Amino acid sequence: MSSAEQSQIQPQTPSFAMLRTLGGIAMLSGLLVVLVFQYTQPIIEENKRIAIEQAVSRVIPGVVSKKDFILGPDGLFDAGGKDLKGEKVYAAYDAKGELKGVALEAAATGYQDVIRILYGYNQDCQCVTGIKVLKMAETPGLGDKIAFDPDFLKNFEALDARLNEAKNALENTIVTVKHGTKREQWEIDSISGATISSKAIGRMINDSGQRMFPLIIKHLDELRAGQAN
Amino acid sequence: MSVLPNKQEKVTLDTFMRGLWEENPVFVMLLGLCPVLAVTNSTMNAIAMGLATLFVLVASSTLVSLLRKMIPKQVRIATYIIIIATFVTIVDYVIQAISLDLYNALGAFIQLIVANCVILGRAEAYASKQKVGVSVINAIGMGTGFTIALLCLGTVRELLGAGTILGVQIFSSNFEPWVVMILPPGGFFVLGAWLLLFDYLKQRKEQKLLNAEGAVANGS
Repeated sequence: MSSAEQSQIQPQTPSFAMLRTLGGIAMLSGLLVVLVFQYTQPIIEENKRIAIEQAVSRVIPGVVSKKDFILGPDGLFDAGGKDLKGEKVYAAYDAKGELKGVALEAAATGYQDVIRILYGYNQDCQCVTGIKVLKMAETPGLGDKIAFDPDFLKNFEALDARLNEAKNALENTIVTVKHGTKREQWEIDSISGATISSKAIGRMINDSGQRMFPLIIKHLDELRAGQAN
Repeated sequence: MSVLPNKQEKVTLDTFMRGLWEENPVFVMLLGLCPVLAVTNSTMNAIAMGLATLFVLVASSTLVSLLRKMIPKQVRIATYIIIIATFVTIVDYVIQAISLDLYNALGAFIQLIVANCVILGRAEAYASKQKVGVSVINAIGMGTGFTIALLCLGTVRELLGAGTILGVQIFSSNFEPWVVMILPPGGFFVLGAWLLLFDYLKQRKEQKLLNAEGAVANGS
């Protein structure tokens, strides 16, 4: 039955009734969503905080407490300030309050979608100390091995990320090499069958490291003190 | 949907059971197959998706049924969608509050419950015509049927694709997982196998009935 025929048979519904229904339902719906949002928001924030804390302690061994900073070309700032340019970094301290390392986020396109990781950087050995995949959609059984394959994760226990003499970039580009051909400390041995995903990890750490490691070294005293100037 | 009851129904056990077996949304009506195929790669995902859909189905059916006399025909679909979207948003927040890991595993499919035709189908074909009590019980039945169907797929796929159920190792470590079962094609394979089984059972039942009738007709 077409709508024209329908309106001939049925009496026309007044526009007011339609407006009233749609408006009323929309208001009710808004009220419900706001109520649930208000109630769940603190719990969700808490969950996110716990997830980040767990990830930080995975990539930097021996962490007791952490402090969030925003680090960019303009300097180091306490996280929470508004309109700050830079990336969020998590400075990690041990029980004595000494800086154990800095955790950073990095992302690059993998095989299916963007892979996001958190990785740890140790300022003393100038090396990467661990990675944790935060988000990915890689193929189960192949690409998703980057998250848990023990041999692959071994690459990041002490991945060489020394700065050059001028302290403005890495001495050696961090690269992912073909499975079984790792020779240098700054090379990542890829997983066979997951080359694209492995390469994405190498690329994102190199990109982020080239940009962020010189800044970390530059602001090391502030990070050690746990206080942004 | 073949059976569209337009007259007011009474609450019977059938109101509930129909969704489980006779009109199972997945195995009989073949509705809402997108989440069925996409998120059933593990038992946990299947349970979470099933329960989320069940909640949205029951809540939206209740509201639609309560408001059925006040909703003008011309704007009914828009109204149903707003109602469904509201409950989906609520589920979205609640799942984030329960577990972020689970939320990340289910991805966009929580939001996509809005477009699940089982729910809109129930609102249009049933809840908008029936009293609240009947609608709720029917929705619970349908939602449970949907959850069971997801579970049927999820357990089989996780078992074959990873050798585990709910993360607990079932097969010995010698078992080489069939990775394809976790990938999208596995969803089609397993769904096909279940449909085959259900159809076989249905045919056998009909055959038996036919034979019994034949026997009665022959007077033996």
